[in-house]
Amino acid sequence: MMAMASPYLSEQTSVSMIMRKVLLALVPGIAAYVWVYGSGILVSLLLASVTALVSEAVMLKLRGRPLRPFLLDGSALVTAWLLALALPPIAPWWLVVVGTLFAIVVAKQLYGGLGYNPFNPAMVGYAVLLISFPVAMTQWPAPLELAQAKLSLLDQLRYIFGRVLPSGLTVDAISSATPLDTLKTQLKLHHGMADIMAAPMFGTLGTKGGEIVAGAYLLGGVYLLWQRIITWHVPVAFLGMLALLASGCHLIDADRYAGPLFHLFSGAAMLCAFFIATDPVSGPTTPKGKLIFGAGIGILTWVIRTWGGYPDGVAFAVLLMNICVPLIDAYTQPRVFGHEK
Amino acid sequence: MIEKLFKFHGGVHPPEHKAESAATPIRPVPMPARLVLPLRQHIGNVAKVKVAVGDHVLKGQQLAAPEGMISAAVHAPTSGTVVAIDEQLIPHVSGLPDLCITLQADGEDRWIEREPLDYEDMEKTAVIEALRQAGVVGLGGATFPTHVKLRADPRHPVKTLILNGAECEPFITCDDRLMRERADEIIRGLQIMAYLLDAECCLVGIEDNKPEAAQAMRTACARSAVPVEVVLVPTLYPGGGAKQLIKVLTGWEVPSGKLPSEIGVQCFNVATAYAVHRFIDHGEPVISRIVTVTGKVARPGNFEVPLGMAIETLVQAAGGAAPDIDGFIMGGPMMGFKLPSPRVPVVKATNCIIAASPDLFPPQPLPMPCIRCARCADVCPANLQPQELYWFAKSQNFEKARDYHLFDCIECGCCSYVCPSHIPLVQYYRYAKSEIIALDRAKQAANLARERNQLRLARIEREKQERQARHAQKAMGAKTDTAADEAKKAIIAAAIERAKAQKAAVTPQNTDHLPPEAQAEIARIEARRSQAMEQQKE
Ligand code: SF4
Ligand code: SF4
Repeated sequence: MMAMASPYLSEQTSVSMIMRKVLLALVPGIAAYVWVYGSGILVSLLLASVTALVSEAVMLKLRGRPLRPFLLDGSALVTAWLLALALPPIAPWWLVVVGTLFAIVVAKQLYGGLGYNPFNPAMVGYAVLLISFPVAMTQWPAPLELAQAKLSLLDQLRYIFGRVLPSGLTVDAISSATPLDTLKTQLKLHHGMADIMAAPMFGTLGTKGGEIVAGAYLLGGVYLLWQRIITWHVPVAFLGMLALLASGCHLIDADRYAGPLFHLFSGAAMLCAFFIATDPVSGPTTPKGKLIFGAGIGILTWVIRTWGGYPDGVAFAVLLMNICVPLIDAYTQPRVFGHEK
Repeated sequence: MIEKLFKFHGGVHPPEHKAESAATPIRPVPMPARLVLPLRQHIGNVAKVKVAVGDHVLKGQQLAAPEGMISAAVHAPTSGTVVAIDEQLIPHVSGLPDLCITLQADGEDRWIEREPLDYEDMEKTAVIEALRQAGVVGLGGATFPTHVKLRADPRHPVKTLILNGAECEPFITCDDRLMRERADEIIRGLQIMAYLLDAECCLVGIEDNKPEAAQAMRTACARSAVPVEVVLVPTLYPGGGAKQLIKVLTGWEVPSGKLPSEIGVQCFNVATAYAVHRFIDHGEPVISRIVTVTGKVARPGNFEVPLGMAIETLVQAAGGAAPDIDGFIMGGPMMGFKLPSPRVPVVKATNCIIAASPDLFPPQPLPMPCIRCARCADVCPANLQPQELYWFAKSQNFEKARDYHLFDCIECGCCSYVCPSHIPLVQYYRYAKSEIIALDRAKQAANLARERNQLRLARIEREKQERQARHAQKAMGAKTDTAADEAKKAIIAAAIERAKAQKAAVTPQNTDHLPPEAQAEIARIEARRSQAMEQQKE
């Protein structure tokens, strides 16, 4: 049977097609990640994916929803991948599982499932983990080229599942504080920016290795823009605002404030700009609203990074702006055809 | 000269499917033996029957006269005998039967006396009345009586006359062929319309996917005395919507709830201009029209079809439909509707018949929840937020839907077209609109009842007081007639005052005092609603 009423034509598109393209756009980032930090991230991705699909299925069953369309829509996988990419790649297995469970069960399904979650599920999962398990969350592996010891995939698996390191190695040998973290602590110790940045963990643009991954995310983001999966508003407003604040303060006091490129290419800024803040469900829908939303995340990210208690502010920035979405939408309604403003 | 074109917000590029039917010239069809002519083929009042069963009529003879200003006449497409005046299925979204005149053709096809109208020597009002009697309506599908739009209104002089040859809906090519083959006649019609309206500027808007039509029209303009500019507009659905075309050509937006004439523009379909020419220059009322027959038929193309011909007979003329079809769509795939039966007649609104099959119009997958992707908002030509409207309609939050300008939705279907969740958005809007209108009606009816009751109570009160006054008068010796009259008047005045106050207290509805087009639109929505309810029952 064709549609009950017009229009009888529709574009060849679907939610799962959109989600598949988002996943595809993440592939360059993941590849870069593996290249820089080793293949541990693949384990996290797999863990998160399985957890997400199983918990989504269980919740759908409990809520009496059809399984097929909602499992196939790919949205759970997107949440899982974003969360996994935001976590340290050598995070213990239970951290990934707990975070994903929280994201899918609480932040998504308990709010009504696909389309109904007011908060970005991946960021809810991330924030919960950051608050509950701060130590595990800040144990990042050093990029392979900087690490004192390289772990084989088997060693990484051992570490992820059993927290067992090859004999003779300590945690410090494979992990390091993140550059954003280092920057913050060093600044507190009144070291100058130039000295801090001279450390090997800082790269040309952002952080060594991290900047490559960020570049790969940017590539994926361009693909999403080209495919019209996302619009330019949120990424441009977010990155623009972040760069603006960073440049402003960097110009005033280059010794205490990192420059714009550093901010754009370190931490989760790029991932957030193109993949997290652009989540349609928890974001605003009007073009003006998207600009405000993106700019708001930019401001909050920079503020949290600069003065806040957490090294990277992206997750909290996104969640805080999620709260404002209904308000933003209500006040940015565009002028309707034939109406005065 | 149009220096630059303007843009309207949004729009989509559905596959055009125009090549199938646009390649061949307009073909005639054999006159069918039986014609069914609905009395309402236009927006406005039903036409009043002027013939009786058994009457013999001539081709072009008026069978039903317009009733009131917003109405249009119905004529006999051929000579023959009136064999029935009864309810029959008509091509309407509601799928409900309506009063029709059935004509048995006598095969002679004998015309009435036809005479060209010397319109320049006549009063303009007389020309307009003649057009009213000729059954000319908007042939782009809207079927609003043309004469109403041609009355010059001193309050809103129409400076700009726009001919709409955009034909933005997929599949439809009847205007394209008409412009290619009868451009001179169209321009002649335009000239007459411009004269009646005293228009200063004439524009023809044609989408740039019809270069041949534009060329033909340009050549015709060059031959004609009236200065007309043929403008190619970008192909973008729904660029042929009157408001969208006006915006693209002039940059002006018709204010919400207003008519184009109120900003000094009037917009007609090219086929309407052609019909005006046929009547004024040849004395022929509207008894046929060009119809695109396309989709899964053997020989798609355009046909000059007498009104009243059964769709299935017309489809035979196009070589018949493929066996796998699952119905016929009248109009385009974006805004048209599925015919209740292939036996319904061709009417003035029938611009296109599509033999629909599942491979042309694949079934819609099950709707998913709205993911707020705002694609619908990006393509909405009215710049609405369809996802919000959907949300309000679904949760029956009708006041909110109205606040978010539901009634500015033109039901173009762009939002549904792009929705990745396959939500039948337009259906929700039709439903919400009809619900709001029904609620408003109910409220109005309740207010009216209250008002009447108030008046009744006032009357009873008045009568009582009058009685008392009479008694008092008698008692006083009947000398104060005038005083009693005064009292009576005061009482009546008070009652009227009360009633007035009551009326004023009734909140104004934004469905009141709508222009006739909007009211007709509402009637259409009502019909659709009853159809939807029927379908739910099944
Ligand atoms: S296009 Fe569909 S899914 Fe996207 S916002 Fe509009 S209604 Fe929702
Ligand atoms: S149908 Fe209405 S809401 Fe949807 S795109 Fe057209 S005008 Fe906008």
